[in-house]
Amino acid sequence: MSDLSVNKGQPNMSGFVVPVVGGLGLILGFLTGNVVGAPLVGLLLGAVIGAVLAVVLNRMVPNKAMGRWAVILGFAVIGFLFGGLGGAVGGALIGAIISWFAYWIGRGTYRKSVPIYYTRGQTLWWNSFLFVCGAIFVFLITPILVVLPLSFNAEDFFTFTPEMLRLDPEGYSLKHYRDFFQTDDWQLALKNSLVIAPIATIISVSLGTLAAIGLSQSHVPFRRPIMAILISPMIVPLIISATGMFFFYSTLGNFLEGSLGMSKSLVGYIKVILAHAVLGIPFVIITVTATLVGFDRSLTRAAANMGADPVTTFFRVQMPLILPGVISGGLFAFITSFDEVVVVLFVGSAAQKTLPWQMFIGLREQISPTILAVATILVVISIGLLATVELLRRRSERLRGMSPG
Amino acid sequence: MADASVSEAKGGPMLAADGTPLKKSLSRALRRQKMRALALIAPLLVFVLLTFVLPIGDMLLRSIKNDIVAETLPATVVELADWDPEAEALPGDDVWMAFYVDMWFASERKEHTRLGTRLNYEQTGVSSLFRKTGRRVDRFDTDVYADQFVALDAAWENPATFASLLDSDAADALPVTADAWARWKDFNEEEGDKVLEEDVPDFLYTALYHDLSKAPQVSGPALSAAAAAVPGFETVSLPEQFEDADEDWMDPEVWKTIQLYSPRVTSGYFANAADMQLTPEGIQQRPENEQIYGTLFKRTLFMSLMITGSCILLAYPVAWLLANLPMRVANLLMILVLLPFWTSLLVRTSAWKVMLQQQGVINDVLVWLGLVADDARLTMINNQFGTIVAMTHILLPFMILPMYSVMQTIPPTYLRAAKSLGATNWTAFWRVYFPQSVPGIGAGSILVFILAIGYYITPEIVGGNTGTFISNRIAYHISSSLNWGLAAALGTILLVVVLVLYWAYDKIVGIDNVKLG
Repeated sequence: MSDLSVNKGQPNMSGFVVPVVGGLGLILGFLTGNVVGAPLVGLLLGAVIGAVLAVVLNRMVPNKAMGRWAVILGFAVIGFLFGGLGGAVGGALIGAIISWFAYWIGRGTYRKSVPIYYTRGQTLWWNSFLFVCGAIFVFLITPILVVLPLSFNAEDFFTFTPEMLRLDPEGYSLKHYRDFFQTDDWQLALKNSLVIAPIATIISVSLGTLAAIGLSQSHVPFRRPIMAILISPMIVPLIISATGMFFFYSTLGNFLEGSLGMSKSLVGYIKVILAHAVLGIPFVIITVTATLVGFDRSLTRAAANMGADPVTTFFRVQMPLILPGVISGGLFAFITSFDEVVVVLFVGSAAQKTLPWQMFIGLREQISPTILAVATILVVISIGLLATVELLRRRSERLRGMSPG
Repeated sequence: MADASVSEAKGGPMLAADGTPLKKSLSRALRRQKMRALALIAPLLVFVLLTFVLPIGDMLLRSIKNDIVAETLPATVVELADWDPEAEALPGDDVWMAFYVDMWFASERKEHTRLGTRLNYEQTGVSSLFRKTGRRVDRFDTDVYADQFVALDAAWENPATFASLLDSDAADALPVTADAWARWKDFNEEEGDKVLEEDVPDFLYTALYHDLSKAPQVSGPALSAAAAAVPGFETVSLPEQFEDADEDWMDPEVWKTIQLYSPRVTSGYFANAADMQLTPEGIQQRPENEQIYGTLFKRTLFMSLMITGSCILLAYPVAWLLANLPMRVANLLMILVLLPFWTSLLVRTSAWKVMLQQQGVINDVLVWLGLVADDARLTMINNQFGTIVAMTHILLPFMILPMYSVMQTIPPTYLRAAKSLGATNWTAFWRVYFPQSVPGIGAGSILVFILAIGYYITPEIVGGNTGTFISNRIAYHISSSLNWGLAAALGTILLVVVLVLYWAYDKIVGIDNVKLG
């Protein structure tokens, strides 16, 4: 256990910092050299630059911010000389990485997040673990971020054009957004989505909240089977729900059209809305029952004690307290319907084409970057929804924290 | 209270305030409470049963239902029941007669093409056989019989003769004619025509000839005269007429297929879904090169397992980190998990298309870095790899969230205690922490597996030919090949798999414990 010595001073410069930073420089140099076409030169040059930077930054530039900016600017200028605006961005990126790494290693910051008694192996393990987690987060978020710049593509391609990479304003345009707002197909799809999703949400929220209140009572006969049935739309694969609904709803549609004389388009909407409402129900049930678990029953008893009838108690006492859960359940139901393709593809007709349906057709048949413009808009919407749900959850936790019990 | 204690003191039952026994009063209150809870649940339960459970039940029925043969060829099905398919001989005259009448009505009602399409699933070529025959059946040479009957007695030209004859007891002696007449009457009623004003169709004369040629006991002058004259009639062979329309009718295989699919309930769809086929000798395995569903089911299972596995690998470290970081940082990082979760599925799928395609972001970066030659770009889309990567990304939040909520409840002191007792890092993790996190892994895995096994959209877009799932095949049968029964059978099999997993999920995790966000 010779490693047990407490290591809190500056890391060893020549034995540790220079080789490690030089190693990163080597890798980055190899990649950069490859771009230019001289990997071996890049390899050597990168290692040397990395080693030099490690010494210079840690020994001579105590002001971290200044040192980092200097390196970033220097690399950006070199990059600009070799590869224009795109090269400058690449250079700045490499500069940012290597200068951060040099300080991080040189100043021993990498030991900050581990207990003081950790051995070198444990420190290495912990830091690689953090890097792995970082990589997984990058994996999670990159695809979504990649879509955003591409939607401003001036060409009808699904890829980054050379103009875009050079950050040339010529390479960017809003034409796909214009396309989205001016094409009848997309506008019909948007309108349909905005009609179907809210109505389906209202149905699932109103029925779902009532049922969740019923389910949270203390004595409910057949609670488990009922719960299993109500949750099943979430568990049964969409393709099976869609298949079943396809057969059944066409019979239902024929009945509504034939016997009740409803118009074809109205019947189409009814079918899709019913199908989406039932798909949203599990989410409402789950979130509202979860909120009701923390609901203090003595409040309703107190209200009853003071002479409020059940309806008043529900709207004046219970509803305000469980509202966050109801709203986030509603948002889940909304996004389920708003995002749903398979069922609407099977149950609806062309008149009920929704936004995801139109995107699906676009992805399968004619690939147009308009899809990416729509995707960007949808990402913005989902950020909004996420923020709302998060705020509601916090509010609900605060309310629950205040209520006794 | 006072009353109650007084009555108890007297030795009687404890009473509630209104004087009823307390036990009764309590049970009544309990019953009322139960009823109220049920009344609150009932609307939703009915809604879900009607709009979701019923459709799925309907699908299950459809996977075994097979009405179409019995409805389109009612007489043939009855006659064909006695035919022995083993004999390798064509069916007898009765069958041909019944089939002639059935086909005549089917082609008038344009039902023969539907039936042909249905039977084509079982034997290729039947579809065109029925279509061709449907065009010809109206123009068979059976007018020979009509001419001969009319030449014998002009009354035979009058529909009223048939009406008076066949609506009486005499019909018993002429079963085929009577049946054909009854259907002819129904057909005219459907069309809004008066049967007595229509010309008598050829098939009725043929049926009459067919009945009379068996020398039944007949009464009445016209009929007796006809019965006496029939043996000397010039005849037309129905099998030859059909052979004229399409020689495939001489193939006993066609008749075997019709006979095999006569029953109203068939296991044929399930047999097909399991790469088997219904034969007169029972259910048999299909030849090796026609087995597609077994491969597809295996592939679906394999890829779902791969996706679940890679989700576990990626989710475990992240969930651990989120559960062990300070709340403020964890909440911030949680956004990176929740944003993909909230983003539209199609957005994420199109993003992966952008990333993985040959001219896509990853290939561009690799080429730019010089790691891959421009003419040797990696194929990462339209194959299993693309499907697994994209679906792992899409389903990862469903794995992280349950794992996170389980790991949050594991006290960090356990690990420290294990280490202070001398366990190495690995032992402490493997023997102390990991077993406690298993419920999270189980919950996440089942959820991801269930979602993966029924996925349709992503494999359809990034899966190409080799990366598609069984659900793509179901969709294909619904929208392109229109073999709905097979689609329903495949769906039923998939549903059974999922329900077993759902049941396991309920047992292990409990449905009530599903958490979102």
